[in-house]
Amino acid sequence: MLRIEQVGRRFGAVEALRDVSLAIADGDFVGLLGPSGCGKSTLLRLIAGLDQPDEGRVTWDAGRQPTQGEIGFVFQDATLLPWASAADNVFLPLRLRGMARRQAMPLVHASLERVGLHGFADARPRQLSGGMRMRVSISRALVTRPRLLLLDEPFAALDEFTRHKLQEDLLLLWQELGCTIVFVTHSIYEAAFLARRIVLMTPRPGRIDHEIASPLRPDAEARFDPAYAALVTHVTHEMQRAMAA
Amino acid sequence: MKYAPALFGLAALVAWEAAVRIAQVPAYLVPGPSAIIAAFLADPSGLLSSLASTLLVTFAALFVAALVGVVLAVAIASNRLLAAAIQPWAVVLQVTPIVAIAPLIIVWVGDPFASLVVCATIVAFFPVFANTAAGLASAPAELADLFRLYGASRFATLWLLRLPAALPYFLAGLRISGGLALVGAVVAEFVAGSGGVASGLAYRILEAGYRLQVPRMFAALVLLSLAGIAINFGLGALATAVMRRRDG
Repeated sequence: MLRIEQVGRRFGAVEALRDVSLAIADGDFVGLLGPSGCGKSTLLRLIAGLDQPDEGRVTWDAGRQPTQGEIGFVFQDATLLPWASAADNVFLPLRLRGMARRQAMPLVHASLERVGLHGFADARPRQLSGGMRMRVSISRALVTRPRLLLLDEPFAALDEFTRHKLQEDLLLLWQELGCTIVFVTHSIYEAAFLARRIVLMTPRPGRIDHEIASPLRPDAEARFDPAYAALVTHVTHEMQRAMAA
Repeated sequence: MKYAPALFGLAALVAWEAAVRIAQVPAYLVPGPSAIIAAFLADPSGLLSSLASTLLVTFAALFVAALVGVVLAVAIASNRLLAAAIQPWAVVLQVTPIVAIAPLIIVWVGDPFASLVVCATIVAFFPVFANTAAGLASAPAELADLFRLYGASRFATLWLLRLPAALPYFLAGLRISGGLALVGAVVAEFVAGSGGVASGLAYRILEAGYRLQVPRMFAALVLLSLAGIAINFGLGALATAVMRRRDG
């Protein structure tokens, strides 16, 4: 789908990324794992086109930048419009592309249903729990049927039980929709459970250390798989080694 | 707790009345509350029509200040050159004492009502303008990124994100500007009144002062305070109601 080639990015004196290369294929589920300040969010913003690299480049297999709606982005906070209902928040990307409300509403309701928010279309963000707000945010990202879904620490602010449920739902969505997912996390458990490719990043300057392929099956049962515990141990170990180096 | 201000006010009024009566202070120096009420009841329609005249100027000025404030805030939010050009002048307008320029405005504008409105607008303009400008810039960066990601036009970003985000700031500014509009109206009336044009409460205060009708001066003053309190509470309630309706 896309190639990141020798990308570097500086913010003043801080070198956020140095010599980062990564190829992402259609259907990948990539987890960018690392501590705060390793440039993983910067990398995600470069992929989304919200920021430009100082060095290197991001190229797309299609030979062109993705058009609006081909990329969905989920931020750490739900970042909903507080004055708009759940349905209007999900309608926003379609509205910005010029789609009429009447034409969009069936898509909006289908998208809300897909994330388990049937019956909450008219609720305002204030009336929803943190987990439900995040579901609205995911629903908003999915409503345009994106080929690439980018998530920036999407579950970091949620309680553990909600987080597990949403992680499992994300796995299901990935299999159902067949889209490509790149997400950023600082949780080894989250990376090990979700990602098919775990990309280890280290800070100052932010760079990719190496990559670990997940042996797990992509479903909720994987949490109880001894291979999951082994993977967590392995990733923890590798992360420590990478940080010490 | 809730009744503390009212009880304190009542106690102060009783103490005031008692002090005036016991010390036998003449009403033309310090009238007691009862003398003030009597002065009001002697000519309620005159004072109330003056109040209406002042309030008309106040609300006209508040409306113009809100309109111009929002338009200029949007202008400086959408264009850096305009921001650089306008902002210093808004501050100049803010720090210039209205008493100093009111005579000029009255001469230039000519029409008494319009010149009062212009003066009060100048006084009331800044808070609603500055607050709205801050509100337009207050939309979270991530939401702005989201709009960018979906290729939103500048107008769509303004209409769907920046203006709604600015609403609570605008309402807070409007509340401050409401009080200032009344102050501006009264100050302008004082200046205009000394020139013999006007029928507002400030003019009644001047007039009563010339005639040494001190209780009547106080009555007009009390009406002004009550009007100010009502405007402040009214605009506060409006803000609460609008925000509750908006965010559910």
